[in-house]
Amino acid sequence: MVQNYVRTKMSPDMAPPATETGIIGWVMKNLLSSWLSVVLTVFGAYVIYLIVPGVVEFAIVNAIWVGKDGLDCRSIADGGRVQDGQAIGACWPYVQAYFSQFIYGRYPLEERWRVDIAMFVGVVSLIPLLIPTIPYKRENAIFLLGVYPFLVTILLTGGNIGIGNGAWGFLAILMVLGVGFVVFQAKTTQSIQISSGLKIVAAIGVAIAIVYLALGFDYGMLDVETPLWGGLLVTLVVAITGIVASFPIGIILALGRRSEMPVARLVSVIFIEFWRGVPLITVLFMSSVMLPLFLPEGVQFDKLLRVLIGVTLFSAAYMAETVRGGLQAISRGQYEGAMALGLSFWQMMGLIILPQALKLVIPGIVNAFIGLFKDTTLVLIVGLFDLLGQVQASFTDPVWSSPATSHTGYLFAAMVFWVFCFGMSRYSIFMENLLHRGHKR
Amino acid sequence: MAEAPKKSSSKKTSTKKSATKKSNGSAARAAEPAETQVKMTVSDEVAIEITDMHKWYGDFHVLKDISLKVNKGERIVICGPSGSGKSTLIRCINRLEEHQKGKILVENIELTNDLKKIDEIRREVGMVFQHFNLFPHLSILENCTLAPIWVRKMPKKEAEEIAMHFLERVRIPEQALKYPGQLSGGQQQRVAIARSLCMNPKIMLFDEPTSALDPEMIKEVLDVMITLAHEGMTMLCVTHEMGFAREVANSVIFMDEGQIIEQNEPEGFFNNPQSDRTKLFLSQILH
Repeated sequence: MVQNYVRTKMSPDMAPPATETGIIGWVMKNLLSSWLSVVLTVFGAYVIYLIVPGVVEFAIVNAIWVGKDGLDCRSIADGGRVQDGQAIGACWPYVQAYFSQFIYGRYPLEERWRVDIAMFVGVVSLIPLLIPTIPYKRENAIFLLGVYPFLVTILLTGGNIGIGNGAWGFLAILMVLGVGFVVFQAKTTQSIQISSGLKIVAAIGVAIAIVYLALGFDYGMLDVETPLWGGLLVTLVVAITGIVASFPIGIILALGRRSEMPVARLVSVIFIEFWRGVPLITVLFMSSVMLPLFLPEGVQFDKLLRVLIGVTLFSAAYMAETVRGGLQAISRGQYEGAMALGLSFWQMMGLIILPQALKLVIPGIVNAFIGLFKDTTLVLIVGLFDLLGQVQASFTDPVWSSPATSHTGYLFAAMVFWVFCFGMSRYSIFMENLLHRGHKR
Repeated sequence: MAEAPKKSSSKKTSTKKSATKKSNGSAARAAEPAETQVKMTVSDEVAIEITDMHKWYGDFHVLKDISLKVNKGERIVICGPSGSGKSTLIRCINRLEEHQKGKILVENIELTNDLKKIDEIRREVGMVFQHFNLFPHLSILENCTLAPIWVRKMPKKEAEEIAMHFLERVRIPEQALKYPGQLSGGQQQRVAIARSLCMNPKIMLFDEPTSALDPEMIKEVLDVMITLAHEGMTMLCVTHEMGFAREVANSVIFMDEGQIIEQNEPEGFFNNPQSDRTKLFLSQILH
């Protein structure tokens, strides 16, 4: 027998039970949901208890905040000025005294405004680019990628870079090749018009010539050689150049490796496998020690520039594989849909495939960026002083020698690196959520 | 069909030509509803001509000795068991697949390895896929305006007007700002049709457009296709919707094992199939 049932009164909304909401609900769900999680919670609390109080004590409670030299961070029994028996924490006056060296390295004091301007302009033009709601993205990006690098080069080196006949010769050869290519293409495939092609070639030529002239112009600024650069300045120059330059190269390599053209594929595979097969330290060593042996005598190649090229090519290989992973996740149907509409190869890649593929691998890309940022510390082995190298170099200073000096220095370096890496990480998560809307149901 | 009234057919093609010349876009299309009254007509002009075409996947001979002529305004339905090469055949027409032997002429352009010609043909040939292949990172409107803007170099404003016009025609203008993932399968397929139409194609290829849809949604897509057929679009449809074939096709092709087994007008094809293979196939899909 089935009994007929008719609801006569609608049941009202009620508040959920206390175990589901509020602090208690959160604790029950996240910390104490099963025996295993109770054990893990207790264990986690114990680990926090072990680490956090010690760090807080060292960095804040027992820290020395003012002082004029290392003796202020040393006990009387040890020859210093701190009362015996008093616990000694971090020696912050040392960081304060060395702060500018950690930032600029041995960059001449009276020229540091140039670094300040470079950093300031960089930050001011980068922030609006990172915030999605601010307009003029294209103009901003053109400035940041097309003008800013040269501005920074001129500011930091002082300009007046000798543009030799070789460079002008290179430009001339480039122009001849460009014109030849345009004429050849126009004659054989009619895919471009000679006049418009030549205009593009001429524009590129003029742009390169302007860059040459700008870099070579004598601005009357002191010439600051790159061995004088150091600290955070070197870290940022190496990391940002590596990140910005390796990204497009990596995309090209990823496309090349998936190309149906045998030569493009072979070249990409060889390039990627070569750079992935050698450690970064080897690359740096080769670029700074071995490369000069192969160059003709008298040809000088700035050490920092060599490191920049090495780091860029190295991380481009990793970037390529990350991007390739994203490309592989895009279904055949997307390619076919784009092709059937008549889009050209580059339109298809630029408008349909890459936007989706890159979105998918944002975590991987940012992972590579963060790894690269931290790998910049390796430049120390070729004699460039990045932030960590500069901190370590300061340990030998007898004026600030104290038992806490090196701990404090490492803590400071760790904090700076963490801030940058954490910032990148958070921004990537923000971007992921923002771009996710296209796929949400 | 061949015995369709000649006069009206030639008249129609000529008006269409002058209209396309005018603006290649909205104006030509917007004027069309009046034309839809004209009965489905077939012109003498050849839209697609395939002669002795063969295709292999590695060692596997997928398409054998295909010869097919499609006149402008003709609507051809291709059916056959899975793996018979029907999708491959229509994908050869816009070169999503490459044929190895024989000749394919589309709008009097021969398909070769010449990328320029391939692009030219793809601009004139629209395609609708089984799995829609909408671009999930672009809104519906952007999906529709992408090709007109980048391939036809149309100003954005004009492209958007045309896109809205076709979205209205497939009856989903209110979804224009949503993303494909937010639409039902039937809606997505209608957007895909609108996206193709925005390029103002001369030929439309349908590759099992309703096979991935829930039964309820099949009708809304078929209705759009039927309207399109009544407007005189040249269509090649791979489909098993026999009702659709009966209503609008002027020729049905049955394929098996990479070959065209039988081709006939719908009436004859369904009521009086000649080949045993066709009879068997029809007995299995028509109950």
